Amino acid sequence: MYGNDVIDPNDPLNAAETESYDQARRHEDRRHEVGDDFDALIAADQRIEPRDAMPDKYRQTLIRQIAQHAHSEIIGMQPEGNWITRAPSLRRKAILTAKVQDEAGHGLYLYSATETLGIDRAELLDRLHNGTQKYSSIFNYPTLTWADNGAIGWLVDGAAIMNQVPLCRCSYGPYARAMIRVCKEESFHQRQGFEILWVLSRGTEAQRAMAQDAANRWWWPALMMFGPPDTGEAATGGHTAQSMAWGIKRFSNDDLRQKFVDMTAPQAQKLGLTLPDPELRWNEERGHWDFGQIDWDEFWRVLRGDGPCNAERVAHRRRAHEEGAWVREAANAYAAKHAEARESAA
Amino acid sequence: MSADRSEDTSRVPRSAWAERARPGAQGRGATEAVSEDTSELAAQGGSAAYLLGVADDAMVYAQRLGEWMTNAPQIEEDMALGNVSLDLLGQARGLYPRIGELDGTDRGEDDYAMFRDERQWRNVHLVEQERGDFAREMARMLWFAAYQNELYAAQLASSDPVLAGVAGKAVKEVRYHLDHARHWVLRLGDGTDESHRRMQAAIDWAAPYVDELFEDDPMSLEAVQAGLVAMAPSQLRARAQHVVEATVAEATLTMPEAPGWRSRGGRDGLHSRPMGFLLAELQHIARSHPGATW
Ligand SMILES: [Fe+2]
Ligand SMILES: [Fe+2]
Repeated sequence: MYGNDVIDPNDPLNAAETESYDQARRHEDRRHEVGDDFDALIAADQRIEPRDAMPDKYRQTLIRQIAQHAHSEIIGMQPEGNWITRAPSLRRKAILTAKVQDEAGHGLYLYSATETLGIDRAELLDRLHNGTQKYSSIFNYPTLTWADNGAIGWLVDGAAIMNQVPLCRCSYGPYARAMIRVCKEESFHQRQGFEILWVLSRGTEAQRAMAQDAANRWWWPALMMFGPPDTGEAATGGHTAQSMAWGIKRFSNDDLRQKFVDMTAPQAQKLGLTLPDPELRWNEERGHWDFGQIDWDEFWRVLRGDGPCNAERVAHRRRAHEEGAWVREAANAYAAKHAEARESAA
Repeated sequence: MSADRSEDTSRVPRSAWAERARPGAQGRGATEAVSEDTSELAAQGGSAAYLLGVADDAMVYAQRLGEWMTNAPQIEEDMALGNVSLDLLGQARGLYPRIGELDGTDRGEDDYAMFRDERQWRNVHLVEQERGDFAREMARMLWFAAYQNELYAAQLASSDPVLAGVAGKAVKEVRYHLDHARHWVLRLGDGTDESHRRMQAAIDWAAPYVDELFEDDPMSLEAVQAGLVAMAPSQLRARAQHVVEATVAEATLTMPEAPGWRSRGGRDGLHSRPMGFLLAELQHIARSHPGATW
């Protein structure tokens, strides 16, 4: 189904298929020894649960981060969702539909995790729709050809997994558990994306060109998914240091980016695709792949709202929400009527 | 349901048989041929054409439902409509390769989905209509799932093992689709003033497309004779319509008057305006790269 006949299934293709995922999953619950104190729990690498007392800043940081993650899942349905009706084969159509559906499920799961922190989904959606909360900038790039669905699976899901595997060890229990489940599914998405490109790169000349073009366009934005540099000077700055101390963040952006490049560059070679970076080469001394300068001007520009699809993504989401308002109102009215009817019958 | 097929066959209304004899009715020339060999082929071709109607209905509705993804009123509904779409897609994919065996062309699922022109599609008009508001989708799904629910039940003991297999799986899926549509029609009909108005308009909208689902086209009648299905389409109507009527009544809605016009011709490959555009979207990538694999 996922092309395992041509791709060695024992060869890990993404971070969720590596030992670090298995490690992150293995959580040892020692709360009975540690007690319920927030600082003691954090120090002992234990999970904070919704009922626990927690600093307000911890709560707010998590609300912002988990909500942004949930929004990314929901907005992330759009770039591939608009290919469902155009998928080139029925098998691809089925896989793509299931994938976009998975993303909707991830969104719901993460909204639920956010709700455990005392905020409801309707409020979170409002914040997405009015721009006060963000989603991953990667989804502000367009999907121009069928191959983009392959590149998104391979690179975007791949980078997302690299970011999310450490979050399986996040100190906040509901988020950690959500990530354990989500990473498993993202891992399928990443394999499916790789397989789309694998087939294209062994196809007709037009298909090979399509695959190369998609890799060219998605490579740099995928590297930007790890966020701005935060090693050296930047690492001592506010958010990163605090999130590290709270066990929300485990690795620096640059560490994760390097891991991603190390994992992905050899995969590009297997695919026969050239990544659009003349400086990309194996550095024997470092034991890592070197890569070129990321265009951080572009990163900040897209983050500020001036990317190819920023306006379109939010407008699409808002339209669907507004067009559905009467349906949600009807469901509430119906539920209320029938609850009353049940009460008066009782 | 399919325990006594001969009895079911005998219940096919006379008028339907007369319809079949009507000149110009879905004529595959082969049915008029006399030799044993060609009538054998014709029987197989007939089975293929019948199954194509079943598969194309599912395929085209799957395509329409795929348009809802990211457009549904709430995220749960993106997922639910995606599920229904995937189920229907699975039904079509289960049938197309079998049709390729029966019609002797050995075509695969993508040959049928991607490389047939509009006149070769045998789906009814209901499923090809453009996506409307959510009420329209639930009205369409209610009728279509009520129809499929009876149809697949009548195919459980099909003489064709592949069809029986697809029906066996589909009958469970379709029960969920029917349930889903039923619950939304109830909520919308008995929700707010606006939702009531929209749901009534949607039930009215669907009415002209309903007869076509239950019309005894020649291929369906042949299929009954061949034991592919226990009942002709017209025989599925009473139970399906009962489900719809009961739902409409419970939803405080009313069944529309008999419509002034009716869709017809889908099983003969005569489609309505939206069909060509649906196919253009469905097929254009595959057709832009002839011979490519994906
Ligand atoms: Fe996801
Ligand atoms: Fe994903």
